[in-house]
Parts: sequence; C-alpha cells; structure tokens
Amino acid sequence: MNNIFVYCEITEEGVVADVSLELLSKARKLANDLKVNVEAIVAGSNVKNLGEQIFPYGVDCINYADDSRLFPYQTLPHFSIVTKLITEKKPQIALFGATSVGRDLAPRIASFLRCGLTADCTSLEIGEHEDKKAGVIYKDLLYQIRPAFGGNIIATIINPETRPQMATVREGVMKKEVYKADYKGEINKLNVADYVHADDFCLKIVERHIEQQKINIKGAQIIVCGGYGMASVKDGFKLIYELAELLGGEVGATRAAVDAGLAEHERQVGQTGVTVRPKLYIACGVSGAVQHRAGMAESSKIISINTDINAPINAIADYTITGDAAEVLPKLIAHYKANTK
Amino acid sequence: MSFKIVVLAKQVPDTRNVGKDAMKEDGTVNRAALPAIFNPEDLNALEMALEIKDKITDASISVITMGPARAAEIIRDSIYRGADNGIVVSDRKVAGSDTLATSYTISQAVRKLGKVDLVLCGRQAIDGDTAQVGPQVAEKLEIPQITYAEEVIGVSAQSIRIKRRLERGIEVVESAFPCLITVHGSAAACRFSNAKRVMKYKHAISASEAAEKGVDVSKLWDEKPYLKIEEWNADFIEADDSRLGLGGSPTKVKKIENVVLAQKESINLSPSDEDMDGLMKELIAAHIIG
Repeated sequence: MNNIFVYCEITEEGVVADVSLELLSKARKLANDLKVNVEAIVAGSNVKNLGEQIFPYGVDCINYADDSRLFPYQTLPHFSIVTKLITEKKPQIALFGATSVGRDLAPRIASFLRCGLTADCTSLEIGEHEDKKAGVIYKDLLYQIRPAFGGNIIATIINPETRPQMATVREGVMKKEVYKADYKGEINKLNVADYVHADDFCLKIVERHIEQQKINIKGAQIIVCGGYGMASVKDGFKLIYELAELLGGEVGATRAAVDAGLAEHERQVGQTGVTVRPKLYIACGVSGAVQHRAGMAESSKIISINTDINAPINAIADYTITGDAAEVLPKLIAHYKANTK
Repeated sequence: MSFKIVVLAKQVPDTRNVGKDAMKEDGTVNRAALPAIFNPEDLNALEMALEIKDKITDASISVITMGPARAAEIIRDSIYRGADNGIVVSDRKVAGSDTLATSYTISQAVRKLGKVDLVLCGRQAIDGDTAQVGPQVAEKLEIPQITYAEEVIGVSAQSIRIKRRLERGIEVVESAFPCLITVHGSAAACRFSNAKRVMKYKHAISASEAAEKGVDVSKLWDEKPYLKIEEWNADFIEADDSRLGLGGSPTKVKKIENVVLAQKESINLSPSDEDMDGLMKELIAAHIIG
C-alpha cells in the first residue's frame, strides 16, 4: 500500500507526544492527497488508551510494540523495531518529530535504509519533479521544505529515488487537528521478540531526571520579547503572552523588564541572560541596549514595535512599527488570526 | 593496549555572523564572504576527547575532517589544542554530499584507522543543523551511539558513563567501547592552544597546502614526520564511488528561494490595519510563521 508512517513518541506522562499528534494531523492530509493510509508506530510500555489517543487524528493502523524495556526510549531497540517494520511494510513516507528522540533515531534509520532524510522541515507538500536531463517525471513526491543557512534561504528537498522519504519536523510547526472524533483503525500488536535483538539493550540507563516543561526560550523559533517600555502599557505582558502563544513561540524579556518584575529570569534575553537565534524576534517596547542586542542580533528576522523611531533596536530590525504596543499587538493578533483561518 | 579516540570535525562558514553580503544577487550563498571556522560543537567534542585522554593511559586522539584542502586549518588548530594527529579526507568525488554520503565517507575513513575505541563529534554543524552525521556514522560502523553528551561522569578503558542533555532534563547512560558520542554545546568549552604545541606544530602542512604554496616539504616530513597532515582520497579509504558525493546522495535540492525579506533594509510600518495585515501575510508566505 505504500502508506505514510509516523513514529509516535511517548512522554514521561505515558501519553503520545504533541509533536507526534501534529505529525499525524499532517500525515492524514498528505495521505488524503495520495489516497493512502496513515500508520503510527508506537514503541513503549503499557501505554493506556492508545487507540483513543490517536485514532481521531485519522490513523488507520497502529503498529504497537509493547514491552517494559521499550520505555524510556533507547536508540537501538527502537531502531530495530522501526527499520524492520519499514522493511516489511514499505511506506513511501516516514515522519519523525525533530525532538531529542527523533533526531537521535531518524538519522540512524535513514543510514541503515540508505534513504534521504531532511531535518527540521517547516512545511511538507506533495508535488512532482521533472528530471529534464534524465527525461523522467516523478509524480507524488514529498516536498520537504526547510529554511537553510541560518534561515536566509528556504530550500525544497526531494528524494526522487529512495523510499521511504523521511523527514523530521519540530514541535509546533504543524497544526494538531482532530480528523474525525470517531475515526477507527486497527491495532497491529507486534511480537517484540521478533523485532529486537538482545544486543539492542547494551546501553545501561543509570539515572534520569526529566522535568515538566519548563521555560526554555533558547530553542524557540519565535520569540516575542517585552522591554521596559511595556511596563507603562496596561496588560502589556498579557498581550505579549497572547501573541507568543498564538505564533507557537516563547516570551522573552529584557533585563530591565525582568528587574521590574514583569517576567521570570529564565526569559531574559541578552548578554547576562540567554542568547537566542530564533527565526522571528518581535521586540515590543525594547530600546535595544547593546547588552540586549548581543543576545538576539542573530535572529533571522526582527520586528521592532516602538513609539520612538530612533530606538537603537530599530537599526537592526527588518521591520519597524512606529506605534504604541497597546495598539499594535492586538492588531497583529487579529490579522494573524484572519490570515491563518 | 592503546586506546584510540577519533574526533570528527568540520570546518564551516560562520553562519552566526551572516552579514548583508552573505547572499549573492541570485540567492545563492556567497561562501567567500563568510569566515570559515571550527564548528563550535566539534570543539566541545575535542575537549571531551582531551578530558578522556587525560584519564586513560596510552590514549591517542586523531581528528578526521572531510572538506576541501583548506580544512587542514582545523586539523592544525586541533593539534595545537592537544590532538595527536589529523586527517583531511578530500576528494572531488565527495563534492555535493548530503548527510548520508558524508557519513559513509567518514565511516570509511574511521575504518581505515583500524581498531577505534571511541568516536566523538559535535551534535550538529552550524551550516546545516541537521544533527544527522553522528548517528549515521555510528550506524555505518555498527556501534552504539550516545547523543547530546554534556559531561563525562566516569570513564575507564572498558566503559564510559555520560550525562546527556535532553529537552527537559538529563539522563546518565553507561556504554562499553566501542561507541560513538555526539557532544552538546552545553558541554565544557575547548581548552586553548598550548604555546609549546603551537611552536612545535606551526609548520604542520598537508600535501595540497604545500603544493599551493609551491614548497617542497619532502625533506621536512622526513626529518619531522609529525609535521605531515595526512590527506586521504576516496580510493585510499576504499570507498564505493557510487555512494559518494552528489550521486551518492538520495536528497536533492529541488529549489532554493531567498527568504522574501532577506534583501530588504528596515521597512518602516505604521500601525494601520493595512500595514499589519500585509506584514502578517508576508511572514506567513515566507514560512516564518504559519
């Protein structure tokens, strides 16, 4: 059938990770274009209500390896299960979250299968490709679209010859959307002993400390940052949080804003805080002291919202919006919503 | 019984300092305008290798890099910082390699070194950020991988204990040798060049560099063999040509587009609905948000 596979990660809380649900949502759309099925691969230990968790995203088959040794994640047993399943079922596309698990697992699988793998895709589409030199037209290829080179260019990558076409996608890039609440597929329970080797458990996990999601603006692709200028805006940081959440980004703050108690220290961007390189940085009421700029000047795109057109931050901004954040932020929120409906 | 450590390193354009002239008119990358640097996380890997070498008797460190002849610069830098020797894998046949072809080439070079106990490399290179080559080299060498290493908790000639930095915490794992470790940027920074080593090795040179300079180094290498930076080509590492370079790369670039906003200087907008709507449309079209 040459279906679409999504490797689903299981979180500490024993549920399927958001990034996997997002990928299943995207896979369903691609599968509808290609008229094929979506299959999930889950390797874990006693996952509760697995079918109820993911069938609604339009999953036709869950390939489930259930074994106490499969959680927490280890590279080699998961590698053996996924490669054997791919070899047996020959999917045309295989998607992985660009998480610490997916980025550990997917390259090893691609290497074994000698397949192409594109990391951190920001968009996936189906399209065709004409190789004029060879006079061949490839239909129904997966376009793996990603920014490259520090975000200055957008590249469309294809794998004309090798299958599956593999890609990883960061959390939050695709939209999590229930396909049909009552969608039902089948669960294909794997006989784990047939899929793993004894040697696969050669690594010993000595210790683990995994925390609940804490603030981590370093890895955020989009940051909405508030400066001291927001102190005089009514509900200023509330607007910043709203825009950040809407864009799938994080909230940052300048030292002055942190010192004024407007945000936690973990959110501080700059020389004495965190250095960030997001693809989009929206500075709200940020004057742009050198110390702050040192921590964010490498952002791919910078938007500055400031009442003062001569604020130093404007010199490194790609866009400057001269106005009051109290007026600008609600407009950005409204127009983003209107354009992504 | 000696303990052999290999560090994989890459010379990369400094994408963190992309200036306005980094892109050419046609939207391609102007590599000449970017300084070439030692990939930052590979320096963290080198430091981890040096730290392990300090703890194991009779350990040696070889650095392997794949790239043009100029990549010998980071081999010299590695030796100044404490590596024992280095190899530049260079061949026209490897041009245009994606991560799969690169990991094949590098794994062939590692195999050429004979028995290797430990391979270390940076988690990812800043010019691609794919983090694929480490795990792929481990697969090709058929050895376990430990990714995102932050700290060596303990090491003996038989096994190593590593603290891994994960998204939401840490994990400590133990592995026997051989294995491959990819090192996270949060690991210890690399020690600086050692002045005595700089004095001793500053004339270390590869054959291509000598040819370019038009100097005969055969006498120098005879007298001081440690001043020879090895250069290996595809034949020497016994590579299957069909798995190298562009031809050996399953991923193809269909097209490259300049990010719509990249060439623009500061654009001044008013808070009008028209401007705000236009801005959102542009950002969505450029895949910056969406």
